[in-house]
Amino acid sequence: MWTWFHRLASPPSFYRLAERLAPWLGAASLLLLLGGWIDGLMFAPADYQQKDAFRIIYVHVPTAAVSLSLYSAMAVAGVVAVIWRIKLAECAMMAIAPVGASMTAVALITGMLWGKPMWGAYWVWDARLTSELVLLFLYLGVIGLYQAFDDPRAGARACALLAIVGAVNVPIVKFSVEWWNSLHQGSTLLKMGKPTMSAAMAGPLYAALAGTMLFCAYAVLRRMQNELLVRERGTRWVGELQRAQAVDDRSASV
Amino acid sequence: MTKRQTRMVAVAGLIFGLGVAAALAFTAFRKNMMYFYTPSDLVAHTVPEDAKIRVGGLVVAGTVLRADDLDVRFTLADCEQTVPVRYRGILPDLFREGQGIVATGRMASDGAFVADEVLAKHDENYMPPDLKEALTTADGRHSCAPFKSVTGASPAVAG
Amino acid sequence: MSKLLDPAFWSMSGYAVFVWGSFGLTVAVYLWNWLAPQRRRREILESVTEE
Repeated sequence: MWTWFHRLASPPSFYRLAERLAPWLGAASLLLLLGGWIDGLMFAPADYQQKDAFRIIYVHVPTAAVSLSLYSAMAVAGVVAVIWRIKLAECAMMAIAPVGASMTAVALITGMLWGKPMWGAYWVWDARLTSELVLLFLYLGVIGLYQAFDDPRAGARACALLAIVGAVNVPIVKFSVEWWNSLHQGSTLLKMGKPTMSAAMAGPLYAALAGTMLFCAYAVLRRMQNELLVRERGTRWVGELQRAQAVDDRSASV
Repeated sequence: MTKRQTRMVAVAGLIFGLGVAAALAFTAFRKNMMYFYTPSDLVAHTVPEDAKIRVGGLVVAGTVLRADDLDVRFTLADCEQTVPVRYRGILPDLFREGQGIVATGRMASDGAFVADEVLAKHDENYMPPDLKEALTTADGRHSCAPFKSVTGASPAVAG
Repeated sequence: MSKLLDPAFWSMSGYAVFVWGSFGLTVAVYLWNWLAPQRRRREILESVTEE
């Protein structure tokens, strides 16, 4: 078990595994996203109150959901990086941060574009919106802190501590609409029992959510590969990839 | 202890400390992060006049009176209490009888709430028009449950 | 397909700017997440071969 685990966590074999896995993740996410968004924009019925404006849910809810799960994954990778000093966990953290930050930014901005026509304001300082903004700053803090270090290993360890400390914000974002009263509505996805969404509206939402999750997995794997290449520069397996790339370039230019 | 175990204990301690600190901060600041008061809060406690506050509730059906294009009066309710509201300005598209709203403004000496901003608070339910009956009560009202009292004096009971 | 020629579809019951703006931004950010790592990988692999 442990030998298997160590072999998987070794940079060249993880790189190769990611190389095999990524195209499938990318293709599956593309299908789910195209299907979910086209269905959501063109075929889902309009909402009885919000008319067509409710369709923003198909980009807002998936990005908001992954903004939280990516942060949790980053914090877990941080714990592993601090305790076991596994390089791959450091790479995972640093690969998740930009993807998570971009998803958080999309969730915030699509939320504003939804809030203006429906609530009457782009932004209010209620518990949900404020804590999601804090989430964005935590992601940006991790990215900035990493770049402030010359040594990637020391930088990753500092980032891990920030990521772990910032994890207290995750349950605050998630449960803010239940713990406090706020302008933001409750969660559509997790409410059991009572009708929250008709099936024709919920189908595209689940497709877009699954597609976004797979897409983020794809983007994180690709960034982890890059992170590994930079850190392992000068090793034999990276050298081989570089020679292969040079051959590709030459044949492409001919 | 090996170095790795030391680190494990340190991280566990960090997470535990954070959890305790977060729980303490949560109990201490819970009221401060409430976005609005409910009509029950306004009835149960005297809010100083001219203090700028927010109040959230449902627009009671049959109470919306429009004097001219911009002047509007209505009654706002949570699960238990009501408060009259006066407002002059543009209302959001979703404003209608039975709708949840959050108004910013001040208490006037006559007991009415004078708003200078009204935002709509919709719920997490999305339905095509032909299925909406599943969501609202007979008089077109939405659930009053999302309007949680700051002072803890009320709702939650009447769903 | 006729839906794509229907102006009512594109107007999104008057919320066209908000709905299409949201989707446009989202697609742009997803594209960035897709393309940026590819470009970076090329950079990394090519940078050291020149040394």
